[in-house]
Amino acid sequence: MFLSIALSVALAIFGIGLVYKISAWFRYTVGIDAQGIPPSARVSAALRGILLTAFGAEILTLLRVFFLDVILQIRVLREDALRWLMHICIYGGFMLLLLMHALDGLVTSRLFPDYFSTLNPFMFLRDLFGALVIVGLAIALYRRFILKVPRLMSNAMDHYAIIIVAVIMISGIVLEGTKIASYSSYREMVEEYSGLEDEGELRSLEAYWVEKYGVVSPNLTGPFDAETLEQGREFHEMSCGECHSRPQWAFTGYGVTRIMGSAALWFDRAGMPAILWYIHILACLVGLAYLPFSKMFHIVASPVSLLVNAVMDKEKSAPANIATRQAMELDACTHCGTCTLRCSVGIAFEEIHNVNILPSEKIASLKALAADQQLSERELRIIQEGVYLCTNCYRCTVACPVGINLQDLWFTVREALLQKGYPEFLVLSPLSFYRGLMREDLVNADYSRPLTRAREAIVAHCDLMKSRDKALPLTPTDRGFQGGLSLSAQANTFSVCFGCETCTTVCPVVGNYDNPKEVLGLLPHQIMHACGLGVRDLAYGSNMLWDCITCYQCQEQCPQGVCVTDVLYELKNLAINNVKEKLSQ
Amino acid sequence: MNFALFLGCTIPARLSQYESSSRAVLGKLGVGLYDIEEFNCCGYPLRNLSFKTFVLSSARNLALAQKEDLNVMALCKCCYGSLRKVDHLMKENAPLREEINTTLEREGLRYEGGIEVRHLLSVLYHQVGIESIREKMERAYEGLKIATHYGCHVLRPSQVVQFDDPVAPSIFDQLVEVTGAESVDWATKLECCGAPAWGINDDLSMDLTQKKLKDGRQSGADYLCAACPYCHIQFDTVQGAILSQRGTDHRLPSILYPQLLGLAMDIDGEVLGLEMNQVPIDGIGGFLSNERSAVSNQLSAGSEETDSG
Repeated sequence: MFLSIALSVALAIFGIGLVYKISAWFRYTVGIDAQGIPPSARVSAALRGILLTAFGAEILTLLRVFFLDVILQIRVLREDALRWLMHICIYGGFMLLLLMHALDGLVTSRLFPDYFSTLNPFMFLRDLFGALVIVGLAIALYRRFILKVPRLMSNAMDHYAIIIVAVIMISGIVLEGTKIASYSSYREMVEEYSGLEDEGELRSLEAYWVEKYGVVSPNLTGPFDAETLEQGREFHEMSCGECHSRPQWAFTGYGVTRIMGSAALWFDRAGMPAILWYIHILACLVGLAYLPFSKMFHIVASPVSLLVNAVMDKEKSAPANIATRQAMELDACTHCGTCTLRCSVGIAFEEIHNVNILPSEKIASLKALAADQQLSERELRIIQEGVYLCTNCYRCTVACPVGINLQDLWFTVREALLQKGYPEFLVLSPLSFYRGLMREDLVNADYSRPLTRAREAIVAHCDLMKSRDKALPLTPTDRGFQGGLSLSAQANTFSVCFGCETCTTVCPVVGNYDNPKEVLGLLPHQIMHACGLGVRDLAYGSNMLWDCITCYQCQEQCPQGVCVTDVLYELKNLAINNVKEKLSQ
Repeated sequence: MNFALFLGCTIPARLSQYESSSRAVLGKLGVGLYDIEEFNCCGYPLRNLSFKTFVLSSARNLALAQKEDLNVMALCKCCYGSLRKVDHLMKENAPLREEINTTLEREGLRYEGGIEVRHLLSVLYHQVGIESIREKMERAYEGLKIATHYGCHVLRPSQVVQFDDPVAPSIFDQLVEVTGAESVDWATKLECCGAPAWGINDDLSMDLTQKKLKDGRQSGADYLCAACPYCHIQFDTVQGAILSQRGTDHRLPSILYPQLLGLAMDIDGEVLGLEMNQVPIDGIGGFLSNERSAVSNQLSAGSEETDSG
């Protein structure tokens, strides 16, 4: 009764959760490309796509991917053999337990009419599968908590996943151990099946079970004489042997029995087997009910991601299907951290402590954005910086064990964020090279606006730039400014500048304009001079900084050895930090 | 002659023909290449934002190479410039070195200096040598005029990068001429390709590139030759944008140096990825002589010229 009610409730929550989560694939909007496509269009595009694929030649690709990537998980193996072993143990062991043990009434007993959970090979296999999961869990714990993989983060979901599986497994094994030892279970079975009434006969059977089957009896302890055991064996074979293999085959549970020793008696009297049964069943049902809302939902979404990405082509697929795929991919992420491990700029996290730099951590922010959660300006700017701080090297995408096209996710989310209007200063760095190359793909976006907005935000914090026509006060606007130009030892060389203008003369950017001052603001020699005077605002506020192509002509040609390009680099750092500080105030 | 090959971020993602052609050419020349999977971005794109992140990025790469006891060969000139700069800083600036190493030690790494950072072209010139390359020539170009583009970050700042004479470099020209092609003199040979401004100020970027294309054309060059992914993509993909948006007639296709060299070594065009360039370079085959004898005659004549010069 309890079981069927609890199971129904868990299944109902699981079912509702599944529908809710899968419908989110069609409801959620990830990035700029998905904007303006209604869910109904996405559902019909998906149905059309599925039908076309199912009856096309691509079905062979799907079968290959299903076998190699979903079942055997070759992509994980290619990345990291230890992690593959871990995952195969947990997923393989758990799936087999689910089919053979949890669903024994539906599956095993139909396939094998002789099935008895206490008979070999089933009893041994149950423990073997359980042991596989335990080995996998041990590797998972080792990997997350002992092996210090740089920048591998573990979040609450990872802990939950490990804990729920661990509780299911450990409660199951301990339950088995206490049941093997349980005297009350033994008595029940004797009363039901043996038909023995004679005290002596009962005693010999009990002795045999204490000796050979691990039962811990309050009345009898070994050693027993051979005659008693022989008699017990005969009764055993008459009534019990048909349904019971030796418990040593259930090696994990039997191990628990041996460890408990005579304490098993106490556990049995305290009703531990029943308590453990409830724990075991409840943990399984909680796991089932919570599955769609947890990281474990990847059991559903990851195979979908692998299959879909195997047959979808960015160029040919309908935008509606790409929008759906990207929403689905957010659920497919298992937070394994492979992308972060391979990330070209992951190391930047050690200096710039923004977790959104790390691809595996970006996913959580993308989920919040897709679900249209209300995020503050500050949160949005932090996500924006993390998503922009990417060299678009595709290493995350190539490495992802579940085939998520991470690179496309970053790109489309990046644009959606930029269009929200908060300045992103990284657009003024060579990271924008890729955005320039992708310009034609940005049909929904205002390409130039983020670039001008970043420049404007910097100038807005340089007061002197606003009073261009007036005579400027020559008292330093910031006494710490010159001293601050010290990141690299070369940067303070501006002080020996004597204003010969060689740097400006050789600058190809200056040379590109008829009236360079109008376009660029201060020219290189003037910026060096502004540094000498300590006029920070003029140095920070000139377009020259962001239009500098770092060709080092100025620095190479300077007769005084001023490291002009290095000074400009440093000014860019300071100017950006200056604005960022002011914006976060 | 073994190197850790530093590919950087751009080549594997957007210019795989540079990698495949370099591997093929270097393989024929007996240069051993090792891949260090853990290599990260050189830090160049992050230098505008954070100097420390820039240094840390390159220092980690150098530390990884040091752990394997391998010198580094970069294919990208911006990677080369960054790695050289950071190598220099880590040697010169003790407090910075300590700070960076404290961070690196968290993942069991440390860099004290001592790794040589080289560019593909400097390896070909200094380690392999012009004569060894000449021996591997199967065919020679005839009447082909090449405008070499050196790229800023190998030439300057010369004290740090130490690639060649920053004012009158010749390594690249000699490497081009060993194939039988003529390396022309042109006005903006040592100027920026325009790529650093691409995506930040596209008009400026196109102005600079267009000027180079125009100068190259005026010098009579048939092709630009680059040995850097940024420069090449600029001369290739961005040139495509310039041609379509600005309607100019300064069309000058760019060929990657290992593609140019590889063809003369009779390496398969598919391996060299000739088809993958955006502005087509399929006319290049027309400049190749087919007979080996012609090659050796011309090459010996070429070497005499070089000797007397």
